[in-house]
Amino acid sequence: MLIVAAMSGGVDSSVAAALLQAEGHDVLGVTMQIWPDEGRERSERGGGCCAMGAVRDARAVATLLGIPYYVFQMREEFERHVIAHFAAAYAAGRTPNPCVACNEHIKFRALLQKARRLGADALATGHYARIAPGPDGAPCLLRSADRHKDQSYVLHPLRREDLGYLRFPTGGMSKADVRALARELGLPVAGKPDSQEICFVGPEGYAAVVAERRPEAARPGPILDVDGRVLGRHRGLAQYTVGQRRGLGLPGPEPWFVVALDPARNAVVAGRVEQIYAVACSVPQAHWLVARVPPPGTRLTAKVRSGPAEYAVTVVESGPDGFGVEFTEPVRAVTPGQACVLYDGDVVVGGGEIGGVRRSAAGDALERTAVV
Amino acid sequence: MRPEVLSAMDEVYRNAWGNASSVHAAGRQARALVERARERVAELLRVEPFRIVFTSGGTEANNLALFGAVGAAPGRRHVVVSAIEHHSVLDTARALERGGYRVTTVPADGEGRIGVEAFARALCGDTAVCALMLANNEVGTIQPVRAAAEAAADTGVPLLVDAVAAAGKIPVVVPDLGADLLTLSAHKLGGPQGVGALYVGPGCELAPMLHGGGQERRWRPGTENVAAIVGFGLAAELAGRELDAAAARLRSLSRSLVSAILDADCGAVPTGPADPEARVPGLCSFVFPGLDGEALLVALDLQGVYAGAGAACTSGSLLPSHVLTAMGLPPAACRAALRLSLGRDSQEEDIALAASAVARAVRRQAALARS
Repeated sequence: MLIVAAMSGGVDSSVAAALLQAEGHDVLGVTMQIWPDEGRERSERGGGCCAMGAVRDARAVATLLGIPYYVFQMREEFERHVIAHFAAAYAAGRTPNPCVACNEHIKFRALLQKARRLGADALATGHYARIAPGPDGAPCLLRSADRHKDQSYVLHPLRREDLGYLRFPTGGMSKADVRALARELGLPVAGKPDSQEICFVGPEGYAAVVAERRPEAARPGPILDVDGRVLGRHRGLAQYTVGQRRGLGLPGPEPWFVVALDPARNAVVAGRVEQIYAVACSVPQAHWLVARVPPPGTRLTAKVRSGPAEYAVTVVESGPDGFGVEFTEPVRAVTPGQACVLYDGDVVVGGGEIGGVRRSAAGDALERTAVV
Repeated sequence: MRPEVLSAMDEVYRNAWGNASSVHAAGRQARALVERARERVAELLRVEPFRIVFTSGGTEANNLALFGAVGAAPGRRHVVVSAIEHHSVLDTARALERGGYRVTTVPADGEGRIGVEAFARALCGDTAVCALMLANNEVGTIQPVRAAAEAAADTGVPLLVDAVAAAGKIPVVVPDLGADLLTLSAHKLGGPQGVGALYVGPGCELAPMLHGGGQERRWRPGTENVAAIVGFGLAAELAGRELDAAAARLRSLSRSLVSAILDADCGAVPTGPADPEARVPGLCSFVFPGLDGEALLVALDLQGVYAGAGAACTSGSLLPSHVLTAMGLPPAACRAALRLSLGRDSQEEDIALAASAVARAVRRQAALARS
């Protein structure tokens, strides 16, 4: 089988490529060139997953394995689908997850398309997630065996019909095992630290990336309380996210938190801790990864941000396009722009970008800034 | 690289390891080899040997020519380049632009040819240097260099001719072309990588970019890469001697390859001049509208066919070709470009193999696009 291995130069995708080769497949390594400017790439300040250093490391691994290796130019697509979307989301008062957008439009769309076009039988990445046949025999997306490394959250925009084409060779392993295997195989990236930051954000911070494309997101404006009283001034919506405590600069014995961002008034809405809890959220555009959309009343679990935290939910509305869920217990800082991903045990049911959030009774006055 | 060239270089590394600038016998031996190579390169161009400056390659030669000419004409703040130049010319012009120079880019027609009238009109008394390549490296179009040189001479502007893609394929006779500055790269004519040359014509002033020694008339200081220069010299001599036979052979092979690919009826659209006499022999270029050039290259590589597309950037990934863009092709077509270069080792039986590999890769991709 000819398999395209997406190689970021990190330990996971390197081991993934090595494992496929050991299984006897013809493996072909590729790295996507996605950074907006070569000057920054050359300075190699960022350790992001697709920096120039990434190409160097991925190429070294490919050379060691003796597999063909290519770099695909995807700057234009990445700028359009990921960075521009990232900036637009901030300008609209949302907090985006660019890895979700990258998976949806770049890795598992543009790159997958290239893999098919060059005649490959499968596309592999080093993600921590699993693909296994479901009850009807069709492939399902499952969370990783390593719960703390699990990346199924950012993989929810995969298309169901593509699951059979994908391979996650490290998805059933723990990170420690992956590193140990990398050392055993003598891969030069065995000790490379995990990437943490957003790959296209340099040392000047994400707000600079946003301000460059959406100056309105850097415009100062009022900080209001939930009743519309002015509490202070903010430094541009891009600097804030729901649940944030730092950087508001408001006086008082009790701490203030960001409750919502209101682009129509260019306002940050601040409140007390009890006002940042949500009881429900809605996802207007969902990606479903199971054959049957779960009907209202279905009890599932949900993640509302990347990381291991997961909450019990009940589906309150659902259809091919979108869904709404109620949380069994109020959940802190459910943030429009992040994804809500539904799980049935280990199986990823579906997910999508959070459009609206309903807050707990104390926050009911906020209904007009919420969408549910 | 040609085996004779490899042997000559091997001989230098083993037995003529002196520094060509040293006064001792080993140095003199190396110096003699460098000067012999200079004569050979000069002979290919029909110029006086002392006018040849060895560099690390075509890119450095083009940089030295442009920066050097501009630096030696301090009153002039304007540069003219053609739109289809190699990036070592275009990006140097961009660098000059950032430094406050005005740059005029002369457009190309649909066959990748620069209009001489437009080129001449772009020149003015403020122009420090102008550049027009002899043959384009992506679509092979031979440029009207002689006419451009006359226009440049009328205005008193030195003309740089990048002959990297032309040398060894068509005659590069400086007195016929009228170039004031002309650049070559050894590896394009069967020599080693990492060595090239700049011809500096009479009356041409250059400000050096590098400083630190008297080598190469102070225009390119630094210890000479003797083995590479020797390899270059021999390759130039062989290329000159075999030029007519090689060109005829490459032209015939190109004709077979183009017709084999067109006969395969896989949607290939040839790019560059339709008239084979108007392009360098051995370079066949196509676009496959609607297809993905990157994926095509990879599919061909996996079948053992080493093709090219647009220009390669630092990482080895592809950018849409600026040449095809300048020829007015739509962006989608520029992303589906394919360039097949034939050389001394290409044989008639390779043609059928390459054509069927291309047809296979294109058909598979087209089928996927439909499904």
